Amino acid sequence: MPSTIRVEIKRQASPDTAAVTETFEIPYRPGMNITSLLGEIALNPVDVTGKATTPVTYDSNCLEEICGSCAMLINGKARMACSALVDKLEQPIRLAPLSKFPIVRDLSVDRSVLFENLKKIKAWVPIDGTYDLGAGPRQFPQVQEQRYPLSNCISCCCCMEVCPQFNDVTNFVGAATIAQTKLFNLDPAGAVLAEERLRALSGDGGIQECSFAQNCVMTCPKELPLTEAISDMERDVFVQQVKDFFTR
Amino acid sequence: MAAATPRIIVVGGGLAGLSAVIKIAEAGGNVDLFSIVPVKRSHSVCAQGGINSAKNLKGEGDSAWAHFDDTIYGGDFLANQTPVKQMCEQGPAIIDLLDRMGVPFNRTPEGLLDFRRFGGTLFHRTAFAGATTGQQLLYALDEQVRRYESEGKVKKYEGWEFLSAVLDSKGACRGISAMDLRTMELRTFPADAIIICTGGNGAIFGKSTNSVVCTGSAQSALYQQGAYYANGEFIQVHPTAIPGEDKLRLMSESARGEGGRVWVPKDKNDKRASQSIPESDRWYFLEEWYPKYGNLVPRDVATRAIFKVVYEHGMGIDGQPMVYLDVSHLAPERQHKLEGILEIYEKFVGDDPRKVPMKIFPGMHYTMGGLWVDFNQQTNIPGVFAAGEADYSIHGANRLGANSLLSCIYGGFVAGPQAMQYAKSLSAAEGDGGHAAEMQRQKEYNNVLLNNPGTENPFRIWRELGETMTKHATIIRYNAGLDEADAKILELQQRYRNINLSDKSQWANTSFAFARQLYNMLELARVIVQGARLRDESRGAHYKPDFPERNDEKFLKTTKASFVNDAPKFEFEAVDISHINPRPRRYDATA
Repeated sequence: MPSTIRVEIKRQASPDTAAVTETFEIPYRPGMNITSLLGEIALNPVDVTGKATTPVTYDSNCLEEICGSCAMLINGKARMACSALVDKLEQPIRLAPLSKFPIVRDLSVDRSVLFENLKKIKAWVPIDGTYDLGAGPRQFPQVQEQRYPLSNCISCCCCMEVCPQFNDVTNFVGAATIAQTKLFNLDPAGAVLAEERLRALSGDGGIQECSFAQNCVMTCPKELPLTEAISDMERDVFVQQVKDFFTR
Repeated sequence: MAAATPRIIVVGGGLAGLSAVIKIAEAGGNVDLFSIVPVKRSHSVCAQGGINSAKNLKGEGDSAWAHFDDTIYGGDFLANQTPVKQMCEQGPAIIDLLDRMGVPFNRTPEGLLDFRRFGGTLFHRTAFAGATTGQQLLYALDEQVRRYESEGKVKKYEGWEFLSAVLDSKGACRGISAMDLRTMELRTFPADAIIICTGGNGAIFGKSTNSVVCTGSAQSALYQQGAYYANGEFIQVHPTAIPGEDKLRLMSESARGEGGRVWVPKDKNDKRASQSIPESDRWYFLEEWYPKYGNLVPRDVATRAIFKVVYEHGMGIDGQPMVYLDVSHLAPERQHKLEGILEIYEKFVGDDPRKVPMKIFPGMHYTMGGLWVDFNQQTNIPGVFAAGEADYSIHGANRLGANSLLSCIYGGFVAGPQAMQYAKSLSAAEGDGGHAAEMQRQKEYNNVLLNNPGTENPFRIWRELGETMTKHATIIRYNAGLDEADAKILELQQRYRNINLSDKSQWANTSFAFARQLYNMLELARVIVQGARLRDESRGAHYKPDFPERNDEKFLKTTKASFVNDAPKFEFEAVDISHINPRPRRYDATA
């Protein structure tokens, strides 16, 4: 292993300015990940030519791949920066922001579209209130085993970044939102909104836009069963559409 | 004249903040929710093992009283007992509510909630969703808040950082000042009451198990504005964390709750691979020293034991500050319940903990101390409430595992309605309620910071702060070391005046925001260090080898720090012991 790490970072000072690539040489230490590397740059923001620059702006919080903040393109792949270990990456390491979301600055992008999508599908259980109404319905462990993996979605948006259908032309909601639909439709009380959720997935940018490229399931850092969720929801949406056609 | 509909600002969108928001929205109030990160990315997401509640579904005779007693005893009698008792009594209803919200808790074959064991208790009292319980709870509350948001009852200000409270001429809170972390816009926002739910302060220690946003900056800003900061010296160091370059990653107590064992080779020169060391050549020191609780002693006890094995006995693995946390012997279905944390270990270390014992060491994890609040979660500044890790109540001198999630939700559930009640009887402010003056103060501060012609890098100052705090103010404390740390902080504060931001732009300038947090971290660090210096005893997580015993006569007291003449000033307050008489805390007893 060389004693320094070479990193090329695509940077952009604001949404309106042009992107530039800056190259850094960082002293190597064993066990480094991409976020610690970016921390080193902040300590000494000088590029490889000796030019003074600014610390790199990027989103991060938990640094243990559970908050979903630090998604970016690392050597061209959409993944979490905290769990990307330097020892396992080819050099020079190339960092760039996710490409399908509005850029904020450097490696930071605006992913609020996912949170808006979650509103559209009513991704919640409509409880009566927070006062004490006793225990919830019993649930077999088999149901929990189905729901829990879907509930591990960290909203990183990697599945949307790699989806060929997620773009301005289709308005496709993307795999994460579809998986959340399944999660809430599986809940005994959440199912009360099941039909509304399925209808929300059947309009413009709905589930029919999925082309089954399967990039999502291969990219998801939390290994959600995304394609399974999509095919399940595709079936349910279809049944709902047929039902609505004859009854509405 | 009070406003017809109270407007409450909640700062922080973790479990405590979201709990408060839900209660206020449900009661018809207007809420503005401020968070540095999208609330779904808050630090509560990192909690792993579970949430305590005496549901007594395992036929063990568990009760709210037993939970209460374990919590008070675990906290070495420093917590005021009345709110702790109330929290434990509300525990079962809170679990039921979370269940109704759709949290995918693990289940028994009969479809009931499953419970696991955790530290500091002999009961199965911890409900859990795999090993990512905090994530699941945070999401459930986030979803309920999103529902209220879509109904127009909650307005989120994500990507805004709280800077200070706006105080009127009588010292009552009339809103906050905050900064948009993208446009760097400064603004004040009006409110009848505010609730501070900004979590922990791990960043003061440099590397900790906390998230990046856990700087304690908001608590410190309020302390500098006149709020008491209580029991700051009580810092929990979690026994099992994975040492890392950028942070210490938590390895949940649930690993031991499911049967994981902590050990080192009996022969410090043993060169064999961990799996090939036979049972007879392993030293299970926690089980030997604490036969009744074994690996599930409270965190402060386990942490000191590991420290002792490594530094006094010189028995760390390969001479390194590390011991084994072993779950490799567990049945696959037990390991399955720990999937989330085992994956973290595998991803960040590279070894499969299902097959190979994990290497761990204690890491700064939690602050028991925080903003002083009364039993209604109100600070001494009228209209400023606090809940969750940001306040000092509930955990005393040491927090029991799986009590933090419960205390966050309990605190939010009290603070929300209390803030509403306060707001309803609030009279109108004189003039503008102090908004223009506070805006001016913040503007001036920003100008000074941006135009300072110095040479100091804020990240460098931060690194040195973390090193000195970890060295002198964590597991073992000596008065000489604490004095040294305080002197170091003073030096860093001097150097801060000579700070130079390499980025002076006014767009998504993270180092600018960080420099503001750093200032507050330095002020709060002094509260921690000086509070520890004054407390010449050992109690819970606060351990001084020179004063190894608990001293109730002198120190069964809450430490209260106030900011006077640019430095902490200390006073002490009696602890509410109205329900349980303090008794010696001996986890090594066998009876």
